[in-house]
Amino acid sequence: MTTAEEFRPRVLVTKIGLDGHDRGSRIVAAACRDAGMEVIYTPPWQTIAAVVKLALEEDVDVVGISSLATDHLIVPKLMNALREAGLGHMRVVVGGIVPDNEEALLLECGVRQVFHPGGTMDVITTRIREYAHEARQASAPAGQET
Amino acid sequence: MNKAFESPLITGTASDAKALWEGEYREAIGTDRASANVSGIEVRPLYGPDDWSHYGQPDPLGYPGQPDYTRGIYATMHRGRTWTQRQLIGLGTPADYNQRLLGIMARGATAVSLIPCNSVYRGYDMDSVEPELLGTCGVVVDNADHMDRCLEGVDLSRISCALNDPSPFTLLAFMLVTAERRGVDWRTVTGTSNQSDYISHYVANHMFYRLSLPGARRVLMDHIAFCNERVPRWNPMSVVGQHTQQAGATPAEAMAFTLSTAVQNAEDCIARGMDPDQFLPRFTFFFDISLSFFEEIAKFRAGRRIWARLARERLGAKKPAAWRFKFHGQTSGVDLTRQQPLNNIARVTAQAMAGIFGGLQSLHTDAYDEAFATPSEAGARIAVATQNILREEAHLTDVIDPLGGSFYVESLTDAMEEKILAIMKTIDDAGGMYKAVESGLVQRMIGASALRFQRRVESGEQTIVGVNAYRAEEDAATRPAVERPDAAKMRRHLDDFAACKAARSSSVVSAALDALTRAAEDPHANVFAAVVDGARAGLTNEEICSRLRRDLGFGQPLAFV
Repeated sequence: MTTAEEFRPRVLVTKIGLDGHDRGSRIVAAACRDAGMEVIYTPPWQTIAAVVKLALEEDVDVVGISSLATDHLIVPKLMNALREAGLGHMRVVVGGIVPDNEEALLLECGVRQVFHPGGTMDVITTRIREYAHEARQASAPAGQET
Repeated sequence: MNKAFESPLITGTASDAKALWEGEYREAIGTDRASANVSGIEVRPLYGPDDWSHYGQPDPLGYPGQPDYTRGIYATMHRGRTWTQRQLIGLGTPADYNQRLLGIMARGATAVSLIPCNSVYRGYDMDSVEPELLGTCGVVVDNADHMDRCLEGVDLSRISCALNDPSPFTLLAFMLVTAERRGVDWRTVTGTSNQSDYISHYVANHMFYRLSLPGARRVLMDHIAFCNERVPRWNPMSVVGQHTQQAGATPAEAMAFTLSTAVQNAEDCIARGMDPDQFLPRFTFFFDISLSFFEEIAKFRAGRRIWARLARERLGAKKPAAWRFKFHGQTSGVDLTRQQPLNNIARVTAQAMAGIFGGLQSLHTDAYDEAFATPSEAGARIAVATQNILREEAHLTDVIDPLGGSFYVESLTDAMEEKILAIMKTIDDAGGMYKAVESGLVQRMIGASALRFQRRVESGEQTIVGVNAYRAEEDAATRPAVERPDAAKMRRHLDDFAACKAARSSSVVSAALDALTRAAEDPHANVFAAVVDGARAGLTNEEICSRLRRDLGFGQPLAFV
């Protein structure tokens, strides 16, 4: 049993697909770490299968995907793969360049939030903490507190 | 010394006048704000003769076209041949690309650029990546036939082509095969292997260099040697500062890393027995132009004269052509905002002005909608018009180095020079750029600077209109809807590719792959020559990259938080 103070979200910060622009993912990972979270960080160019495997092994609460050059277009595939692996409770957030007309598609397939350029680290880490809490609640067997 | 400033309205000496101003300034301003530029140089409220060490000397700056080139590398500068308008394009299938290319050339673009799909950058063919990602950031060009289609209607003996083409330079190989098929002599082919700088790829992870560090180093040398001999008007070496600055390096760091990279590559060429007077004139540079207006101008002026000295003194080049710092500038995408996107047109205008006053040779202005996606046709048109307006309506090119002699600009140029040299010293002390990126030193410096800039923004020290200040109710209609490449067309492109691969003779393919291996294993062979032979034999981008990854090592990124 953990109290609110002891709650340490576990966050995977990664990039899938073909692009390597990692300034944003590095800054967000550092901000999450500085906000007291456990951060698992990977270099860019991960496959969807690798992200699912890592999320499972590391038992993360939140998966953060950074996308600067259209890699968000395969996030729906990631969402399916997570669900198939029994990780549907994990919350997925996307940050980077996502046009309005494609944001709706991401939210429909279960992405918790899309962070756009200009967001502050404070807001991003606060939200990630909330989503981690949600994920922990969702993963707990009924009747058991987390 | 110059004559002292005299006015019947002022009595007393110059130092009295300065003291009077200082007193008035302090009293009026109250508590002055501390101010420094992104590179960390203090910015004072006023600059005067005391701040410029060469003030009062006869010809304190020299002349354009003369070393150390502070005022520009050519006598005529923009008064003569302005700059090359080289807009980056690349989208969809080769046919889509060709249509867009011929369109912008008809509207005044004077050179070709080709941005490949990220799958191409990563060294994969279109049939081995997620189809959703094909052609969304660049054109899908996987073999010589695709390149031929991309460049249909373009006279390769007249038009300069810039290919974004990391090691092992498959796109140039495809283009040379295209030239050959059309009977165009390679000696007439002009252009640049943009992004041939494997070091900046490795550091900034922007697009992946495809080979291991030692493998990429070897192939770059082969590429430079091949082009010097067989494609003499081609610029095989583009040293890139844009990647590091976009990744977070300050302007001074980006310039220092770039110059240190150029030194590393030039010293590698010399170690291989190449003559600096032959290869250095074909070195070009590629930089980011951020919104820090005066800092960027000073960055370019300082970099230009440091390079002139390095080329002559450290690298031993004797010909002025080898000392000239030729650079392409691209307005910084990092500075563009998703909020109130039309404001980006103003940002790009100021960035472009800094590049022009900095003395660039070639310019890409970002489209305002690049904060959302690769530029729309309408966005790209405004970006080109911005250049034309600055040149022909605002008359920015009527006078060469118009800011030369400004107390502030000269003082800042000196200060940036000092800062850049100090960073280069750190790199030299670490054993040169190759070792400094292998160990992660440069990556850590960039990460720290990126974090510092983010803190400047979040603390409000750096205003970003519409983001941390002057926020407005957003009208979603100002944000462009993004269109992706036509899926049906891409499907046909995939099918054609599969058919084309199947039609090849398997013995020809395996012989071409074996020839690549033999070249990779023989330190005296030229790997790039084997890449060109492979392209001629019908090898694809992925086939060439995979074989060389196997033989020369696969590149693994370093990751730091």
